[in-house]
Amino acid sequence: MGRTLYDKLWDSHVVRELPDGTCLLYIDRHLVHEVTSPQAFAGLRTAGRRLWRQRTNLAVADHNVPTKDRALGIQDETSRVQVETLGRNCADFGITLFAMDDVRQGIVHVVGPEQGATLPGMTIVCGDSHTSTHGAFGALAHGIGTSEVEQVLATQCLLQKRAKPMRVRLAGAMPEGVSAKDLALAVIGRIGTAGGTGHAIEFAGPAVRALSMEGRMTLCNMAIEAGARAGLVAVDETTLSYLAGRPFAPRGALWERAVAAWRDLRSDDDAVFAREVEIDVGTLSPQVTWGTSPEMVVGIGERVPDPSAEADPARRAAMAAALAYMDLAPGTPLAAVPIDVVFIGSCTNARLEDLRAAARMVAGRKVAAGVRALVVPGSGLVKKAAESEGLDRIFADAGFEWRDAGCSMCLAMNADRLEAGERCASTSNRNFEGRQGAGGRTHLVSPAMAAAAAVAGHFVDVRDWAGDA
Amino acid sequence: MKSFEKLTALVVPLDRVNVDTDAIIPKQYLKAIGRAGFGANLFDNWRYLDPGEGKTDGARRPNPDFVLNKPRYKGGQILLARANFGCGSSREHAPWALLEYGIRAIIAPSFADIFFNNSLKNGLLPVILPDEVVDRLFRDVEETPGYALTVDLESGAVVLPDGTRVPFAIDPFRRECLLKGLDDIGWTLQHEADIKRYEERRRAEAPWLFAGE
Ligand code: SF4
Repeated sequence: MGRTLYDKLWDSHVVRELPDGTCLLYIDRHLVHEVTSPQAFAGLRTAGRRLWRQRTNLAVADHNVPTKDRALGIQDETSRVQVETLGRNCADFGITLFAMDDVRQGIVHVVGPEQGATLPGMTIVCGDSHTSTHGAFGALAHGIGTSEVEQVLATQCLLQKRAKPMRVRLAGAMPEGVSAKDLALAVIGRIGTAGGTGHAIEFAGPAVRALSMEGRMTLCNMAIEAGARAGLVAVDETTLSYLAGRPFAPRGALWERAVAAWRDLRSDDDAVFAREVEIDVGTLSPQVTWGTSPEMVVGIGERVPDPSAEADPARRAAMAAALAYMDLAPGTPLAAVPIDVVFIGSCTNARLEDLRAAARMVAGRKVAAGVRALVVPGSGLVKKAAESEGLDRIFADAGFEWRDAGCSMCLAMNADRLEAGERCASTSNRNFEGRQGAGGRTHLVSPAMAAAAAVAGHFVDVRDWAGDA
Repeated sequence: MKSFEKLTALVVPLDRVNVDTDAIIPKQYLKAIGRAGFGANLFDNWRYLDPGEGKTDGARRPNPDFVLNKPRYKGGQILLARANFGCGSSREHAPWALLEYGIRAIIAPSFADIFFNNSLKNGLLPVILPDEVVDRLFRDVEETPGYALTVDLESGAVVLPDGTRVPFAIDPFRRECLLKGLDDIGWTLQHEADIKRYEERRRAEAPWLFAGE
């Protein structure tokens, strides 16, 4: 019987298997950031342990860093201590760190692939749930907790149980105005936020093959919002041409050897999945979330659903609570919902392609009166590339703030946050209560949808938008 | 890690699906560099009437409607929860906060994967029971002040007040670690030779993963 991509990645990393199926799994790449690592380093010190293999680790501060006036340093004391602690830990243990003033600094899940530190066939972990992003490269990548961060530092291994392979086939061709973010939201809307629990989701089908690496990363990034620890996409020419020449990628003869091995990183034709879902994306419309869970999502042409029409009592209660928090009435057309803030950023949607899509919507236009809008590039290098194309001017002329790289308002650990009651069109990945600031209300959308909403002052269908410039 | 054998304790019902880690411990408390001090901010946004902005001063008013603040549930060590508990981020601060507050076991129909793992690694026992049983427990807790359950890890069962035993599944390896309070690093380092052998083989197969070393 054929093997799935997940099986191949798993099998090639098993160091030892226990009778109950628990495996000691070898980890090839460990990405480190400031929030989930300090207690792990402290644990190593207490136990007098050293790193198993220094060079597999790569660190960057992203969650707490300011996105403007960086030269002034970090004003918030606890944030500063956390970022400084990462710096000290990396120096003490000999880990490569992209510091705040390094152009390579950025959101850990943007930086890894951009540097070629994310490679096909690797196992990749990070103390962050959106590590699923790296699965776009045919790597087995998932988020871990701080105890596991410590274990990887000390042993290069994790104790894991095999997940069940699941395939989500996206058939058809993506319509104009629909992006990878809309695919991700539509998948979550269909299978639910626990739909992938216990599974690793491989995204397949023509719509996935047609996506750029940026789009595939967006899709895998949100696999965790569907409950799956890992998302996966098979390796193809798109993967290889993205990686060629990146700083951490192999070169010369080693590159050729690697490519030969990577070509096998796809599910065999006769592989069997524990679960299969197929979605035709040909008729999909841009998606907007209306509630406090990413599964609470509809197309832009639809209305806020009515909890009283929901049969399941637990779901009905959750819907009602979400609508109360979001201050939305059932039956409201999404296009009639006014917004206060627009955030274009996060590891889901802050790569060059995302910024280009957003810039196309705002070129020659102005942000609506009363709307605060910011663009936070995913890394210093994304920022630089965008500036060389003049995207910064387009955003600034329209009235957007153009910031430095970091997580920013995706989770509001730095100074960028929503005030209570503010409503935000956000390209990030979580619309949980208070995620972007206590009392803040988040609607998840694609970069184009967020940018167009900034100009209109409310949600609009970007498929109708191009005409009225 | 704290070991876990058998616990009989008051049950606190948290009747919401998809309780996420941002709700369990909001991000403004993740800036600490130690493992302690998170208990006071467990379920912070629901627990207090005044919003918390990173600092805990004694002056915040508890929300009397939130279940943790109800006198009848004070001192509860078993949390009864709904599906997909712990979804969202990988923050281990979530189990740290629960443990520091005093919760030692959580009963739910399902858990998010990363949260489930993180809990096991800290001696917080996640117990998966079928939907119907969880529904019944919610009703019983509601109707019975002082409702307590026994979670017996050794025999793998939750024992109801009338003596009914509801079995639950747990991986034998995890069960062993919990019973003994064994941590993964200690266990793994007993297998150093295996790891080195794996690395040798891998270096030959995929030398680009070891370039420059
Ligand atoms: S951008 Fe948001 S989701 Fe991504 S790593 Fe940062 S905080 Fe997490």
